[in-house]
Amino acid sequence: MIEARGLSKRFQDKKRGEIRAVDNVSFACQPGKIYGLLGANGAGKTTTLRMLATILEPTDGTAVVCGYDVIEQPEKVRANVGFLSTATALYPRLTAQELVEYFGRLNGLDEATLKKRVDDIFNRLDMNGFRDRRCDKLSTGMKQKTSIARTLVHDPPVMIFDEPTTGLDVMTARTIITFISDCRERGKAIIFSTHIMSEVERLCDHIGIIHDGKLLAHGTVSELRAKYAEHNLEEIIVKVVGPLLKNSEA
Amino acid sequence: MNLRNVATVYRKELTEWLRDKRTLVSTVLVPLLAFPILMVGMTSLMTIMIGKAEKETAKVIVIGGDDSPQVVEKLREVKDLEIVPYAEDWKKRISEKEIRAAVDIPKGFESALASGEAQTVKIYFYQGEIKSSFGANHVEKFFDDYRDSVISGRLTARNLPTALLKPFEVKQENVAPPEKVSGAALGGLLGYMVILLSMTGAIYPAIDLTAGEKERGTMETILSSPLSRVDLVLGKFFLVLSASLATAILSIISMGTSFYLVGHSPAMAQKDAAVFQLHIGLPTVLSVFLMALPLAVLFASALLTIALFAKSYKEAQSYLTPMTFIVVIPAVASLLPGFDLNPKLALVPILSTSLVCKEIVAGTFHWNYILLILLSSSVYAAAALFIAVKMFQRESVLFRS
Repeated sequence: MIEARGLSKRFQDKKRGEIRAVDNVSFACQPGKIYGLLGANGAGKTTTLRMLATILEPTDGTAVVCGYDVIEQPEKVRANVGFLSTATALYPRLTAQELVEYFGRLNGLDEATLKKRVDDIFNRLDMNGFRDRRCDKLSTGMKQKTSIARTLVHDPPVMIFDEPTTGLDVMTARTIITFISDCRERGKAIIFSTHIMSEVERLCDHIGIIHDGKLLAHGTVSELRAKYAEHNLEEIIVKVVGPLLKNSEA
Repeated sequence: MNLRNVATVYRKELTEWLRDKRTLVSTVLVPLLAFPILMVGMTSLMTIMIGKAEKETAKVIVIGGDDSPQVVEKLREVKDLEIVPYAEDWKKRISEKEIRAAVDIPKGFESALASGEAQTVKIYFYQGEIKSSFGANHVEKFFDDYRDSVISGRLTARNLPTALLKPFEVKQENVAPPEKVSGAALGGLLGYMVILLSMTGAIYPAIDLTAGEKERGTMETILSSPLSRVDLVLGKFFLVLSASLATAILSIISMGTSFYLVGHSPAMAQKDAAVFQLHIGLPTVLSVFLMALPLAVLFASALLTIALFAKSYKEAQSYLTPMTFIVVIPAVASLLPGFDLNPKLALVPILSTSLVCKEIVAGTFHWNYILLILLSSSVYAAAALFIAVKMFQRESVLFRS
């Protein structure tokens, strides 16, 4: 369903020269599974997810999402992906309903299907109380629900979440986690990046640890626990990344 | 390109744009109110000020004149003048606006007049100060009339006709039709205003739809939808173009109304108001808009491209403010007298449109230039739109940090 094949992304920086933000990353995620991408800030998680969502184009390698190549058919890929990150804000002067409808139309839904889909999502996420309220007047929790509705309106088989709970209160974060879990139940393939280990333990079927643009370790949670002889996920990350940090400091 | 998607983006941008209070101010209120307030307000104020200055009895000092009592006495009889006692510091008094003018009657003026000796009466005033100028004018008129009466007295004494004084009259008369009079005087202004306003009307939405989106974090949201970048930029472009044309149209309506009000005001009725009474018909206005349309496309595309490059609203503003000067300079140059169209100038964007609009308003249609300008400005507009589309496809611009 999602397959990254040697994904790489290089940027040119005036001061630092060429930066390899993502370097030859390969992994796969099947329908009904959640793949957790873990790593420190600047490790390359967001760039990887942006390439999978076709917001950025890979410099080398490629990825296939629902049978479509991210380089060859980016618009088809986006039609099959729901992308949610801390950087995907809402249009402040549209109402919650207008915003969700806008993305439904851009995804090619006809008006009858759109109405049915919007009603269904607003009922499911308990959003009817603020459907006509402008996005700039919504609380953080309402905004997150609207963002979720936006990613769901075209019922995509693939969901990509980039640190979706960062900066949220406990209750709102819980809504998101429940929603991601619900997506898995519905058979969607999900890629998820986070810093919160309890979320990883609760949700992820597979995890990949990324550092300095490279995928250093990946497998199921139990596989990684066995390989590094460590139960605590944070300790596993330290064991994977630690030697590289020491080398770079030396 | 998917027209349905372009229309969806346009509708959404329009909805957001109409809900923005700043839009209401910059696109609707300012153009609608600026002209009437400026024109009617300024003209009324000027009429009041000039009227007051004209009605004032000007205080004037007479220098000398002790040996010319008759002329001084007659000067005292002028109702718009008040002769005040002589003071040594009369220059200072004029500068400090205590008196309006001083008149220096040369020694032995009346006796010299009787003997037919030529002499000079000097009037001192404060140049650029309107009340002082009016005072000096009253004094000058008195002496002009006095001179004429002296001449006609001498002619009568010698039994000669007074027509000797003026053997013939010289008179200027306008033969150009009213639309050409107003066209030549204010015609350039219409084209200039349409060009300038279609530019200024595009600035705010161009920033809001690009750098504004980046700042609000909605750029990544829209880029994650299946919408193609071409459809996205076209939807945005049409909104910026609409805003630009709306500002220009509202401003022209407002300008036309203001000119009408000023041209038909009672104050203007007494003066030569031909230049203010713009005889510009709807076909002329439409022709000006047609000529300015490719330029509006050029502005909308260029502003979108530049504003997209900026990371924030503030940065975009600092890039786009100097753009106003780039437009104003050629547009103002076209208003200079004697600046006429030629084949080379017809290829210079902005200047060519401004020049041809001036001609159209004055009722002159040089079709070869009109076609050449339409063609050249359409090519520039298409190139600018192409660059805008390309810019929306560049990651280094969209995610510049």
